[in-house]
Order: sequence, then structure tokens, then C-alpha cells
Amino acid sequence: MTFEFSAHVAPRDVDVSFTVGPGETVALLGPNGAGKSTVLAVAAGLLRPDRADVVLDGRPLTVAGEGRRRVQVPPHDRQVALLAQQPLLFPHLTVRDNVEFAPRSRGASRAEAAAVARHWLDEVSAGELADRRPSQISGGQAQRVAIARALAADPRLLLLDEPMAALDVAVTPALRQTLRRVLADRSAVLVTHDALDALLLADTVVVIEDGRMAEQGPTAEVLSRPRSAFAAQIAGLNILTGTWRTGSLTVGDRAVHGMVDGARPTEGGAATAVFSPSAVSVYREPPSGSPRNLLPARITEIEPQGDRIRVRAGALSADVTPQAVAELDLTPGTEVTLSVKATEVTIYGT
Amino acid sequence: MGSTVPRISRRPSHLDPPRVGVPRWIFLPALAGAAFVLLPLVGILSRVEWGNFAELITSDASRQALLLSLKTSSLSTLACIVLGVPMAVVLARTRFPGQGLLRSLVLLPLVLPPVVGGIALLYTFGRRGLLGHTLDVLGLQIAFSTAAVVMAQTFVALPFLVVSLEGALRTAGRQYEVVAASLGARPTTVFRRVTIPLVLPGLLSGAVLSFARSLGEFGATITFAGSLQGTTRTLPLEIYLQREVNADAAVALSLVLVVVAVLVIGLARQGRTSL
Repeated sequence: MTFEFSAHVAPRDVDVSFTVGPGETVALLGPNGAGKSTVLAVAAGLLRPDRADVVLDGRPLTVAGEGRRRVQVPPHDRQVALLAQQPLLFPHLTVRDNVEFAPRSRGASRAEAAAVARHWLDEVSAGELADRRPSQISGGQAQRVAIARALAADPRLLLLDEPMAALDVAVTPALRQTLRRVLADRSAVLVTHDALDALLLADTVVVIEDGRMAEQGPTAEVLSRPRSAFAAQIAGLNILTGTWRTGSLTVGDRAVHGMVDGARPTEGGAATAVFSPSAVSVYREPPSGSPRNLLPARITEIEPQGDRIRVRAGALSADVTPQAVAELDLTPGTEVTLSVKATEVTIYGT
Repeated sequence: MGSTVPRISRRPSHLDPPRVGVPRWIFLPALAGAAFVLLPLVGILSRVEWGNFAELITSDASRQALLLSLKTSSLSTLACIVLGVPMAVVLARTRFPGQGLLRSLVLLPLVLPPVVGGIALLYTFGRRGLLGHTLDVLGLQIAFSTAAVVMAQTFVALPFLVVSLEGALRTAGRQYEVVAASLGARPTTVFRRVTIPLVLPGLLSGAVLSFARSLGEFGATITFAGSLQGTTRTLPLEIYLQREVNADAAVALSLVLVVVAVLVIGLARQGRTSL
């Protein structure tokens, strides 16, 4: 499955193009009002663009532009499923009937639809909710069911519009893990403004600012070395990869402690630690007796980042106040120790 | 889109003092208004001859009128649903030039004097009306038949259903329909399995209001359908005629209509609250 998207929506001044390869998940990252949702609306067939080439597996879904024959495949005929911020489960149907909705609409028999629903509800660990009404389950559970319902439609492309933005923080890690599993070999477009979502769920990131693409590339690369202002603002994430040994991430000869997101990585398996530069403190001398993660580094660059100063040390970076830079007399070449609390570090298996 | 804002879950309880009170004097005219509406009901009750109430409302003419009213009102409610649901959907879910004007015109029977509606129907479907000749050729005689009663009732009751349902459709929004379509459901499937079930309470209360309006129809009916016992003389017409010859029967039958109206309001209210 290949999805080629290119569209210009004049009234909203959005002009974006990107491609989703087979089994690839592309994250559209950008501030509110940048045009991410416009892109999804065009992809889902809900919005008529002024100029567009939207092609799924060689089949034109939306074609528009001067002197071109207009194509606008209606939403139900695109094989593109939309998962919104709100679960939007049909309130008059049970959880099971919600998930059976797509297969039934396709003309599947009752038994076939029931089998499909059972499979996907189990897949998102919501099998025991089948007989409940949407009003009788929690927001996190509802979003799981919404995922099952979208997957039961067997879409060629899945569109996710900030699927975790409306949820309680307590339930997002588990849901993210579910999404990680179901998106693994599925083509999807994920709209988000959370760098961690992009990192954990997407292979490629397209950063959209003011309706234009500011940058795009492999997720880890864009998020650790952002070139666009927005990506730098939300990301500039520190990413350390290593192996999971005895409860911590081993990077070189150091152990990095953190909070595991989702399932525990397998012993000896590859794992990645992520933390924000704002969580990093900089010391000239290694603080003694600190329970924090300590990482010796040499400063390579110092650059202003809003009202903070971003101190780069090789692949790592820290955001500190201008006063700290002055007091510690930080300049490129200075040997320092970077320190970050374990609770600020997210570790996930890769 | 946007960051998660903590939802305000606290609902004002009945014990909370109102933040801004209403002026005290306003209770007086409000009370007078309520009394003005409710006192006439007491008036009817006080005039009912309870001794021969049963006989009065079961006389041949009364029974025929009541049955005719129930039959025609049911049929016109059905007609309102068949015609009004598509109208409400088109008005709420599509956009086309002149839509605002069309909406206002469709609601015309709501403000038009029913007698005028009856005249309009007569000069459209009557023998010498706009479509009269065509209908004649087809062997259809509508004016002064039971069908005319149903048409007169449908004409005045249709806006009630359209207004009620269009509001419900707008409140329900399109988001569930969008999800359903993205799950591969065709427009007809979306309409049948999502749109209608979601606005069912609004549809029910609209239908109940239409039924009530049909039941009370007088002006358009007597103008377009006349007053033939057993064929076009509905309960309101019967009450009007009895008033001249047998006031006790008129009062008794009025009470029957009051009871039906109260039941209808109860039903409509239930539909609203579950919306």
C-alpha cells in the first residue's frame, strides 16, 4: 500500500505533500492551527481542496486543479478510516455493535461481523466490554474500542487525529502501547503535537507550520536534530539507544534509569531512552551522591532558544537559563556533567 | 485539537444560590400568566356534567367524530414523518442557494391562519383548483373527503415536525455521520443506522407535536373538507356544532381533547429530556 498526498487548500492556506509507504506510519507534527487537521480532512474526503493529487495504491481518491478532471471519491468508498480525538462511539449501539458496524456496512453476515468484532476487541484488550454501552465505559476504554472499530473496517490507510489528546494522562501509556502494536505493520497518518507519540508510533515525521511543510525525515532524526522552530520547541529530544540489562538501559558502560513506557523491554534486547532537554541540569563538577542519571559530556554548541539557552554536547542537549551559562562559564569545549532525574526519562523497547 | 483542559464536572446543585437573582416583581405577572392559562381548564372541569359524562362522549356522533379524529391524525402524523424527515435532513445537512428562504416558506403554515391554509388547499386540490383538473382526469375527488381532512391536518402539522427534527439534527451534529462514512457506510446506511437513531427522541417529540396539532385542526379542515358526519367531521368540528345544540356534550368532548393534549405534552416532554 502506498499513499501519495499532495494538496493545496486555498481558504486555509495549506499546501502539503508527503508519501506513506507500505506499513509506514507518518506523523504530522505541528502547532495548533498549522493545518494538520485540514490535511486529514482532505485525505478522508471531507474537504474539497483547490488543487490535489491524493492517490491510494494507484487509485486516485481526490484530484483537483486547473484544467484537470475533478475526482472526489466519497468518504465511504475510500478505504480510509478516521480515528478522531474523541472516541465518538455510536451512543445507541453496544460496544460490540459499534465494532461490528463497519463489517455489517460492507455487507458481511452477522456471524462474520461478530467474529471480526471479537478479534479486534481482544486485540485492544476490550473483549470484556462487548455488551456495555458507550456511556458505561471510561474514556480510555472508549478510545480502545474506537481503535478496534476503525481496524474492523479493514482500512488500507488509517488516519489518527490526536488520538490521545482528550484522554487522562494516566491511561495514555497503555493506549500508546496498543497503538504501537496495531500500527506496527499498517500504513497510517498520525496527527499529533506530542513528540513522544511521534517518536513511539511513527517512522517518519512531517513538520507542518503555517500550512507549509517545515521539514520531514526519519522520526528520531527530526526529533533529536530539529531544524524547524516548532520541532525544536517541542522536541530536540535527547535520545539514547542501548541494551536493556537488569532494569536499566545500558549505553556504553553507563546505566541509564528511567520510567518504562508500556511493556518491559526484553533482557538484552534493544531499548531507547528519551528525555527532554528541559529536564537536564548542567554541572561543572559531577555532583556526589546524586541519585540522578549522570552523563559526562563536552559542550559543542551554545545557542539561544527563546528565553532559555540550549547547550549541546554531542548528541545530547540541555536547556538552561542564561544566568546558569554565565555562572558556570559554559563555552564550547567545556567538560561538564549532565544530570537528569529517572522520572523524566522514558524508556521503551525497540 | 489543543492541550487537555480539565473538564469541569461540578454541576450546580439545587442548593446553590442563584448568582444573579430575578427581580422580585417579575413573579407577579408570571403568576398571572400561569393563572390565565390554567384557569380556563378549571372552567371546563367546573362545567362538566359528570352524571351523564359517559353517555355524552359515547353518543353516535361523538364516537364517530373521535374515531375519525384519531384515524386522520394518525394518518397525517405518518404523512408528516414521511415528508418531514427528508425535508428536515435536507434543510439541516445540505447547503444550496435559497435555502434560507425555502426554510421560511416551509414554516409558513405555522403562522398562517388555518382558514387561509384551507382556502389555499381548496384552490390547489379542489375541483376547480390548480391541480383539480388533473386529479379529475385521474378520477380523484379530494375536497370534502376524509383524504382532504388528512391533507389539511398534514399541511398545518408538517412544520412542527420539520422544526423539531431540524433542531435535533443540528444539535446531534455531523461527527458521528463522518465516522460512520469513514468506516465504509454508504449514505443510506449512515442515515438508517446513525442519523435517525441519534435523533429519535427529537423525531418522536416532533411526531407527537404534529399529532397534537392534527387533532386540534379546525379552520383548514372545515374550509377544505367541510363537515360531513363520519367522513370529515372531526372532534373539534363536532364540538363547535354541539356548542349550539348541546352545550353539555361540547364541554364533555372538550374535556376529552384536554386529556389527550395533556397526555401528548407528557409524551413530548419525555422525548425532549432524553434528547
